[in-house]
Amino acid sequence: MSQDPAQGGPGPAAGPGALGPEAHVMVGNADKFINWCRRSSLWYLLFATACCGIELMQTGASRYDLDRFGAVFRATPRQSDLMIVAGTVTHKMAERLIRLYEQMPEPKYVISMGSCANTGGPFYKDSYCVVKGVDLLVPVDVYVPGCPPRPEALIDGIIKLQKIIDQKRNFAAAAKA
Amino acid sequence: MEPKAIFEAVRATFGEAVSELQEEGFRPAFLVVSPEKVREIGRFLRDDPAMKFDSLMCLSGVDYPDRFAVVYHLHSLAIGHRIGVKAYLPRESPSLPSVDGVWPTANFHEREAFDLFGIVFEGSWDLRRILLPEDWEGHPLRKDYKYPEFYHGIKV
Repeated sequence: MSQDPAQGGPGPAAGPGALGPEAHVMVGNADKFINWCRRSSLWYLLFATACCGIELMQTGASRYDLDRFGAVFRATPRQSDLMIVAGTVTHKMAERLIRLYEQMPEPKYVISMGSCANTGGPFYKDSYCVVKGVDLLVPVDVYVPGCPPRPEALIDGIIKLQKIIDQKRNFAAAAKA
Repeated sequence: MEPKAIFEAVRATFGEAVSELQEEGFRPAFLVVSPEKVREIGRFLRDDPAMKFDSLMCLSGVDYPDRFAVVYHLHSLAIGHRIGVKAYLPRESPSLPSVDGVWPTANFHEREAFDLFGIVFEGSWDLRRILLPEDWEGHPLRKDYKYPEFYHGIKV
């Protein structure tokens, strides 16, 4: 059934029958494939509210080049898989943050970047307006410490998130049930 | 123009409404005026050819132990001198006329003072909260402000 290029012209329409010894086939389990897809295209929502946003921009720019992990920024939650909360979140902003998170399609992940997003940071003790940690609002997968974290730290956080995604067992769980 | 001369000139026009000149240890020197005359005095300071205070640099609220104050920092780009204007207000329901008809930039500053101190500026064309959410209760920069436990179910 293999195509012979010597005969010229396009061969018969490619279909299941067209698979031959020289066709490139990858065999693996479905979970691994899905997880590979998901962790290699972590499109992140820009949610930069303070100075951590500068480090986030720097991480996305050419020197640290977040693109090589398949992570590119999106300006809309509807195309995003990952929300990087970079900066201080106030109570006024909290409602907007929750709304943006709810607009993201599943599966979705959150990285809390910097001290303010982790715990409220320098505003922890005496502030009436800062939310003391973004985990009070949305579930967080990875916390990146620092004030602000260097780009290396953020990249480490993204690699940690990729490892978390690698552990997901969607189909295996369904097969067992 | 020297602060002393400005004080004399304003006092010559408005009399007892300008009660005091705070000069020693203050930079810039402050005219202490009665709050209900603030708009007229502002217009005089802006329009008088010897004053020409065309720029309102800053408008702030202050919470003293027994009273509030609203402080105006004025600068003249034309002449290059500056002066402060201070109006003391009672602790109970502080209010004074708005100066946004004199310097339009006053609007945002007045909204901030209203938001954080609860000082009401009468006759303002748009007096709303500017920093805090619209449904926030209380004015947080007042010394006697009590922090709320929760805001919309989130721990403060």
